[in-house]
Amino acid sequence: MAQDPSAPAAVTEQQAIPLVRGVAFGEQEAPRVSQAATRLDVANLHAYYGARPALRDVSLTVWPNSVTAIIGPSGCGKSTFIRCLNRLHEVTPGARVEGRVLLDGDDIYGAGVDPVVVRQRVGMVFQRPNPFPTMSIFDNAVAGLKLAGIRNRELLREVAERSLRRAALWDEVKDKLHAAGGALSGGQQQRLCIARAIAVEPEVVLMDEPASSLDPMSTLKIEELMRELATSFTIVIVTHNMQQAARVSDYTAFLLAGEERVGELIEYGPTARIFTNPRDPRTEQYITGRFG
Amino acid sequence: MTPALTGADIRGRHLRRRQARDRLMRALLWCSALAAVTPLLLLLMFVVREGLPAFRPSLFTEVPRPLGESGGGVKPAVVGSLIMVGLGTFIGVPIAILAGVYAREYAGSRLATVIRFLIDVLAGVPSITIGLFVYGLLVAPMHTFSGLAGAVALAILIVPTVARVTDEMLALVPRSVREAAYALGVPRWKTIARVVLPSAKVGIATGVVLGVARIAGETAPLLFTALGNRTVSTSLVRPMDALPLRIYVYATGPYRSWHQQAWAASLLLVLLVLGFSLITRLLLRRRAPGPD
Repeated sequence: MAQDPSAPAAVTEQQAIPLVRGVAFGEQEAPRVSQAATRLDVANLHAYYGARPALRDVSLTVWPNSVTAIIGPSGCGKSTFIRCLNRLHEVTPGARVEGRVLLDGDDIYGAGVDPVVVRQRVGMVFQRPNPFPTMSIFDNAVAGLKLAGIRNRELLREVAERSLRRAALWDEVKDKLHAAGGALSGGQQQRLCIARAIAVEPEVVLMDEPASSLDPMSTLKIEELMRELATSFTIVIVTHNMQQAARVSDYTAFLLAGEERVGELIEYGPTARIFTNPRDPRTEQYITGRFG
Repeated sequence: MTPALTGADIRGRHLRRRQARDRLMRALLWCSALAAVTPLLLLLMFVVREGLPAFRPSLFTEVPRPLGESGGGVKPAVVGSLIMVGLGTFIGVPIAILAGVYAREYAGSRLATVIRFLIDVLAGVPSITIGLFVYGLLVAPMHTFSGLAGAVALAILIVPTVARVTDEMLALVPRSVREAAYALGVPRWKTIARVVLPSAKVGIATGVVLGVARIAGETAPLLFTALGNRTVSTSLVRPMDALPLRIYVYATGPYRSWHQQAWAASLLLVLLVLGFSLITRLLLRRRAPGPD
């Protein structure tokens, strides 16, 4: 990625920036890209809860096959932001969004766009592991397929194993696939949720503080997994843990809410630069631990 | 000067007071619990003691004898109760569950508020009023008392119980479970039908058991709908007997053998409801995946 994505007017440049597959890496060396990896262009995004604004005028580009971290102190709108990327924000009563989010050029908030279709392309892993309580490990892993009406047992078994392997959970659960998902440890449950999210082959995977309720070992596993998954998917992770952002992400966006508690994008750029040479004094204050 | 109190003194006094209060409250709670279950235990003991002498196979296999003759059974009432409670449940429960789903899952819409209010009103309508309503609705136009009319009256009676429980049980399904399904690109209706309802199924089934227990013991709404019948009838368009009706007739009658059979029929009713409740619980326990 030659260009600095924090450059303004990212949306208008979208045609000029080649997709990763076959261009940046060459056909032969292309990483295991599950499909043409997808970029997201967020343009002038505002989010509201009823009359109260929560996010103001956020614009940034999420690059294909990369891990983009959203950092910022509590209440800065990090979670609200990524919930806007798969149209989950509007599920909250009274919540609404203004602005555009382009998924490979198509506005997911465009007229006539079905949020269900958007969510099939943009998967999500939540802060607290939330496996379906009535389903077994196996059924959780392929829940997306089963609920979409796929009944081919051979295919389901294949997808379940592949997804659980990619989520680094297969070896731990292969002998108890029909036990309840809730019987696993927290870290295992979260990897089950990751398996569930990637089993439907989304293009983008959103992760809302996926390790914040886990112990350090589980956190480490999830972080390794994110790097691994970035070879196939475009990943956006929210984290309040700056070390985590520094360890796993290629790009970092720093959000901050001012006096009136409306989140704004302060700075966005390659993680290495954000953490070594931030341009905004508030970013520097935050990453050096002077507030937040 | 008062002698200085040490911290240990204060904590010691405080501790003794707290422990004494704890013992008092425990004793009160225990007494309340006992007071609540004592009537039930006494009732069961009484019903068993009085009902057992006439609780013979002939109770199920024989029809009532003509006045003055001893012996005979309440077969028409057993058959009628099974038919009318079964049919009433079959008609009422789907309507009630759908109404409860609407009231909870579409909470916020005006219609949902109206539905919830109407369910509460229906729960407060005296059962004899519902019997009168069905008399006007079915019995008068059909010019006959009928099992159908009895079943419809019972169906109306079971609706508020089951709808309310459904509403409450759905409220207990965490939002994270719904959002997990949305994030997989599952449409809302399918999320409700395949994820939310199964998560609440044990609670809803408990509500159905409560509802069945309630309508199985209802007498008033059957008085001028099903009317009662001294012969075994399975026709839905003719008068039909029911256990509560038979108990009412026999208990208010002048004969010793009638009284005995009324007690035996009461015992049977209690056992039927208890058995149904136990079977439902066992079935649900076996099917829900649990930790193992």
